[in-house]
Amino acid sequence: MPIEVSLAVLLAAAAAACAVPGVFLVLRRLALVSDAISHVLLFGIVAAFLLTRDLASPWLFVGAAASGVLTVALVEALQRTRLVREDAAIGLVFPALFSLGAILLRLYVPPGVHLDVDQVLLGTPEIATLNTLTVGGFAMPAGAVLLAGLFVLNAGLVAVFYKELKLGTFDAGLAAVFGFAPAVLHYGLMTAVSLTAVAAFDAVGPVLVVALFVVPPAAAYLLTDRLSVMLALSVGIGVAGAIVGVWVAVWLDANVAGTVATALGVLFAATFVFAPRRGLAAAAVMRWRRKRRFHETMLAIHLTQHEGTPQEEDESRLAGLHRHLGWLPHEAAAVATRAERRGLVVRRGERLHLTPEGRTAAGEALG
Amino acid sequence: MTPPATLPAIDVHDLTVAYRDKPALWDIDLTVPPGVLAAVVGPNGAGKTTLIKAMLGLIRPVSGRVLIHGQPYAANKQAVAYVPQRNSVDWEFPTTVSDAVLMGTYGSIGWFHRPGLRQKEATRDALAQVGMTEFAARQISQLSGGQQQRVFLARALVQQAPVYVMDEPFQGVDAPTELAIVDLLRGLRAGGRTVLVVHHDLSTVPEYFDHVTLLNVRKVASGPVAETFTDANLKATYGDRVRVEIARG
Repeated sequence: MPIEVSLAVLLAAAAAACAVPGVFLVLRRLALVSDAISHVLLFGIVAAFLLTRDLASPWLFVGAAASGVLTVALVEALQRTRLVREDAAIGLVFPALFSLGAILLRLYVPPGVHLDVDQVLLGTPEIATLNTLTVGGFAMPAGAVLLAGLFVLNAGLVAVFYKELKLGTFDAGLAAVFGFAPAVLHYGLMTAVSLTAVAAFDAVGPVLVVALFVVPPAAAYLLTDRLSVMLALSVGIGVAGAIVGVWVAVWLDANVAGTVATALGVLFAATFVFAPRRGLAAAAVMRWRRKRRFHETMLAIHLTQHEGTPQEEDESRLAGLHRHLGWLPHEAAAVATRAERRGLVVRRGERLHLTPEGRTAAGEALG
Repeated sequence: MTPPATLPAIDVHDLTVAYRDKPALWDIDLTVPPGVLAAVVGPNGAGKTTLIKAMLGLIRPVSGRVLIHGQPYAANKQAVAYVPQRNSVDWEFPTTVSDAVLMGTYGSIGWFHRPGLRQKEATRDALAQVGMTEFAARQISQLSGGQQQRVFLARALVQQAPVYVMDEPFQGVDAPTELAIVDLLRGLRAGGRTVLVVHHDLSTVPEYFDHVTLLNVRKVASGPVAETFTDANLKATYGDRVRVEIARG
C-alpha cells in the first residue's frame, strides 16, 4: 500500500475511534480530561515497561490505559475534597504524572530502548505505518487495524448504552434515581477514552489526540440538535479532517500530525462561521433580516399613528419620510419599496397609504 | 396501584446529613400523609435541597431511613418521580422537547431496552397536560424558563409515580406558568398522588399547599398548614424579620 494511503487509513481510523467518546467528553465538559489522559500515558507505558522489561508486551498498552483511568480517579478525588476545583485538579494531576513518567524513563530505561519524550510528545505516524498487518490480502498499518477495532468497540458500546449515556450526560441526578449507576458509566467512558488515546497515541501523539477527541464533536455540536446525528457528524468530520490533513502533508512534505490538526481546525472554523442557524454568518444574516423587517414595520407604525390626523398628509408624503423618521433619503425610499412589496403600504402619487395588512402588522408590533 | 391509605406516603426517620463534620440536616423526622400537596420551606442554607437529595439517595446521609408508602425507598425507587432544579442540567444539550420528556420513561424501561410506542404515547399525553404539544420538536435550548420547567414536569408525569418530589418548580417562571403548575399539582392530588415541593414564596403557602414543613437544619415544625404555618413557627425558622415580609407580601 502506498505510504499516503496507509497514512490516511491510519489517521482516519484514529479520528473515527476518538470522535465517538469525544462527543460525550465535550457534552460533559470534560474536554480537558482527554488532554490530561493523553499526557499521563507516558507514565503508564514506562511503569509497565519497568515491570515487564519488554517493549513489545501488551501490558504496556494496559498500563497506559490504566494510567488514564487513574488520572480521572485522582482528579475526582482531589475535587471531592472541595479544596481544589476541577480545572485546578486536572492541572495538578497530569503534569505530576507526566513528569514522573519522564523521570522514570531517564533514570531506569536504558538509552538503547526505543522510548523517548520527543516521540511521545509529537507522535510519529510515518513510523507507525511501517508495522503492518495483512487483512483480507491488504497490508494495513497495525495501528490502523487496532484503531478500527476500537472504533467498532466504541460505537458498539455507545449503541448498547445509548439511552443510559444520554440521560447520564444530560441529567446525572435522574440517571442515579433511575438506578443507571452514572459513576459506572462515567468510568466506563473514561476507560474507553484511555484505551482509544493509547491506541491513537503511537500514531498521532497527545496533542493531536486531544484535537481528535475535541474538535470534531465541537464542530458537530454546532450543526445539529440531536445526539445521534452529532455522533455521526463527529465521526464524519474527524475522518474528513484526517484525509485532508494527510493529503496536505504529502503535498507540502510536512508533519502529518500537524497538518491533520490544522485541517480539523479549519473545518471547525468553517463550521463556526457557516453553520446554519448557530454559525456566526447565520446569526448575522438573521440580525440583518430582523432589522430590515423591523424598519418596514416601523414605517407602518408611523403611518398608523398619524392616520386620520391633520398631519397625515405631510407625515405620509414619500419625499418627507426621511425627515420624520430620521433616516437617510435613500434608506427611507428603500424601506418604503420593501414595505410596498410586503403589502404593508401602497403608493398613490406622492403619498403612502396603509393597507389592512399594514394596519394589522403595526397593531401586532405595538401589542 | 393503590397503596393502603393508612400508611404515610413519605416517612423519613432520623435523617442526618453532614458535609465533613458540619451538619446540613440534623435528625429530621418527617411524615407526609398520602394525597396532599406538601411544601418544604426554610431560609437559604436550611437544607431543603439536601433533604430531597438525601431522601432520594443522591447524597449519602450519615443516618436515616426513608419509607415510601411503607416500603423502603431503596427497594421501591419507581414510586417517586423527581423534578430537580431547572438549572441543574445543561439546556444546550442536543435534544428535543419530546425526547427530554421521553427520558422520564427510561426508569421503568430499565437497562438496554429502548422506549417503544407506549412510552411515546405517554410522552405525548404529558406534553399535552403541560401545554407544550406545539413545542414537541423544538430544541430545548430555545425554551423560556417557564417552558423548561414545564418540560421537567412533563418528564415527571410520564413516570406515573404515586409520589412526586420537586425542587423549586416555581423558580424563575412567569405568572401564567406558575398557575399552570399549581393546576397540575392539584390534578395530581385529585388523582390520589402525593407531592412534596421545596418552595420559596411564603406568601403562597396557604393558598397552594395542605401540608407544610418548616426547616432550618433541624425540623422546626411539620403538619397541616392551618395549624403549622403560624407566626411563632415562622419566627422560629427564619428569625424575627419574616413576619413583616409576609405582612407586606
